[in-house]
Amino acid sequence: MYDIVIIGGGVCGAAIAMYLSKYELNCCVLEKENDIAAGTTKANSGIIHAGYDPEPDTLMARLNVRGNELTEELCANLGIPFRKVGSMVIAFNSKDEEHLRNLYERGIANGVRGMELLDKEELLRREPNLNPEVTGALYAPSAGVVNPWRLCISMAETAAENGVEFYLDSQVVGIEKIPLGFVVTTVDGKKYETKYIINAAGLYADMVADLVGARDFEIFPSKGQYYLLDKTSAWLVNSVIFQCPTEKGKGVLVAPTAEGNIIVGPNAEKGNSRDDVSTTREGLEFVAEQANRTTLKIDYRENIRSFAGLRANSDKPDFIIGESALCRHFINVAGIKSPGLSSATAIGEYLIEILSDCGLIMYEKHDWRYAKPIVCFAELSNEEKAEICKKNPKYGNIICRCNTVTEGEILEALESHIKPRTLDGIKRRTGSVMGRCQGGFCGEKIHGIICKYYGIKPEEVLWDRQTSYIVAERVGEQK
Amino acid sequence: MTKHDIVIIGAGPAGLAAAIAAYNAGVKDIVIIERDKEAGGILNQCIHNGFGLHRFGEELTGPEYAAKYIDMLNNTDIKLLLGTMVVSIDGKIVSMVSEADGFCQIEAKAIILAMGCRERNRGPIFVPGGRGRGVFTAGAAQRYLNINGYLVGKRVVILGSGDIGLIMARRMTLEGAKVLAVAEIMPFTNGLARNVAQCLEDYDIPLYLSHTVTNVIGKNRLEGIVISEVDENRKPIPGTEKRFECDTLLLSVGLVPENEITRSAGIEIDPRTNGAIVGEDMQTGESGIFACGNVLHVHDLVDYVSAESERAGINAAKYVLSGCVGSVGNATYIQNGTDVSYTVPQRIEIENIEKSVDIFFRVRRKIDSCRINVVSEGEVIASFKREFVAPGEMQKITLPRLLLDKALGDITVSVAEIAEE
Repeated sequence: MYDIVIIGGGVCGAAIAMYLSKYELNCCVLEKENDIAAGTTKANSGIIHAGYDPEPDTLMARLNVRGNELTEELCANLGIPFRKVGSMVIAFNSKDEEHLRNLYERGIANGVRGMELLDKEELLRREPNLNPEVTGALYAPSAGVVNPWRLCISMAETAAENGVEFYLDSQVVGIEKIPLGFVVTTVDGKKYETKYIINAAGLYADMVADLVGARDFEIFPSKGQYYLLDKTSAWLVNSVIFQCPTEKGKGVLVAPTAEGNIIVGPNAEKGNSRDDVSTTREGLEFVAEQANRTTLKIDYRENIRSFAGLRANSDKPDFIIGESALCRHFINVAGIKSPGLSSATAIGEYLIEILSDCGLIMYEKHDWRYAKPIVCFAELSNEEKAEICKKNPKYGNIICRCNTVTEGEILEALESHIKPRTLDGIKRRTGSVMGRCQGGFCGEKIHGIICKYYGIKPEEVLWDRQTSYIVAERVGEQK
Repeated sequence: MTKHDIVIIGAGPAGLAAAIAAYNAGVKDIVIIERDKEAGGILNQCIHNGFGLHRFGEELTGPEYAAKYIDMLNNTDIKLLLGTMVVSIDGKIVSMVSEADGFCQIEAKAIILAMGCRERNRGPIFVPGGRGRGVFTAGAAQRYLNINGYLVGKRVVILGSGDIGLIMARRMTLEGAKVLAVAEIMPFTNGLARNVAQCLEDYDIPLYLSHTVTNVIGKNRLEGIVISEVDENRKPIPGTEKRFECDTLLLSVGLVPENEITRSAGIEIDPRTNGAIVGEDMQTGESGIFACGNVLHVHDLVDYVSAESERAGINAAKYVLSGCVGSVGNATYIQNGTDVSYTVPQRIEIENIEKSVDIFFRVRRKIDSCRINVVSEGEVIASFKREFVAPGEMQKITLPRLLLDKALGDITVSVAEIAEE
């Protein structure tokens, strides 16, 4: 019997799993997709907000500010980039400036440190490529950017390193209450007995709550579309640039990414679909129109990928975190909208408190450790490059030429605890396929490495989700 | 660190031709660095014929064309490093890695950049729609098919009428796939006329001019494609949508020189070509670093790549043999006039030109009867008549030294339409 089953392998599920792995507990994570970090976690802005946006005295305010501190420290320990680039909310008129002052006050109330109100001259000195019509900005130095899926995967790997089990392709289809807990049934017919359930099912959290008759909230997905620009556009902005909300929209940002690209977006489209991540001409045109207020210097020919992601908004104003009022030992971590990524680490930490309050007794482990990060060859010095190639010649075979990712790194990813079986799984762990060729060159090579590693046929290798095969059939064979 | 006279990055058609020309010009200590497992570059996957008519007077396949140069290379003692990727150039020090030798550095007297180009993909052309997989660049699908022996899909729509797309329409049809349509956003095709006839018309594959892809349907693998007609501003016209049930979308929407190493070395790039700015000797803004082939500007025919690269090789050899002295002449810049989108070279040093210099350029639009005028300080110093020019066909004019000596300042190349009489 498990102590805890976590439903959902997104950034929240992974953070919770990592925090729980510090204790002598029997835990597992059930993920619907064929890899973790496959839902909201894989398509968002990647911003770790400073925390001036949420209303004071909300969970969002508290967990955002705490999460901001934790994420920076954690990224250093996990060996993944956290770029503390700071954020600017820019103003164009006196109404906007009033909004900035309100945000500043809110930030103070929420415990955000180091904020400054900048005048036009100082703003343009720091961000010379902005629209010259700006009149000022709220600067928050603690905001940063991360790669959301690397944060998720690194935390999950650390959880797995310390004994948490991960089951992929394991959509939960039934939850039965039993005297001492629950029996969770997955789509493949497997049963998991557990004392506690943590519902971190993101866009599907309300449906999972429904399985135990505890659906007292609803998820309303909201789609956002983005452009991701080539690293050659990195000169555009130094920090995350937000605009003040207007009647036309809120939140189109222009920001550097953890890898050094520029991200532009998102819009916000209400919809009922939980899996519609298609982009539209109208949506992308709207984003460009809004972003052109921030800076007129974006060259959209530098776009390497447009994508859409879904926010797990709910009918509640705040995050829904805590034991369900309708079901004992069923703990919701739901409606984790923005600033969800920023808060994820703090949510993990907070869950320890919640479980303890629920009566779970936890003993800390003595031999807990972080999972070893995958080498990043591109960032090594010449001496280190020479050294690692000597130890393992596979690091001398560059597979992804856009981001200089080697076969050594891809083999490391394949040897992870939570094994990637798809091209996108390799992408999310190594940064290959993420460059300007978007897999045009390296995709075929990685396809070959996956075939060889798993001993499967080329037709069996998937791009990402089920049935997303890469090649259809072998030619020239007798049929 | 080892030292060599000339280091060439890339053993595709450009690198091979440059190496052999430099060798024949008297420099014997040459190293070619190639990331692939064999020399020949993209020619190796171009198994159709049509290469070499200008260069060798016969129609060859891509691998046959490459083999001609590889044979020439085998008769020299030029060193070829395979499976080796250059990671940076710092001054004249080239850093590289390979599985065989790990991390290594070479100090060169001269460097020739011959890295080629890559295909434009979905990002910059904003094909909206779902995340359904099965959108490939035509060249990637060509590699899966011709090198690995796999069809990427069975029902195919192709966006863009570039030559690789046209070739792949025929190639995939021959291997049993159904190519449903080729859509081209422009009112004319970008590919060679012979490819439209031999690859589409011969196989009854419909070509939709002034059409583009307006939706990609599918959540896992592609399930369908919607194309729409576009107006004169290339905006889709509502109500003209046509849906095709397909599992694959191939993109043949242009090529981009691959200049990441060039940029990191601080070499000035021409935003019109996306390649380095070069002189008549193919030398970039950095003394002793030369560039040629598709890394410099995208060519129509490999034959022209070979010719250009030989000039780079000869001039790199001259540079090394003359003791690596940078040029001392006064640069004359070539400006783009009416209907000219770029020229290569972008600058010339008239004192260094013996008899004449070839200027390659592209025009902005199709023009039937026209004159190419070369003007300096308001004076026409040369004029050439052309019966037909189009953006898809690279143009060349040859400017004799005698005429160039008349130039008093920078010169401008422009196209003037000849009005019908």
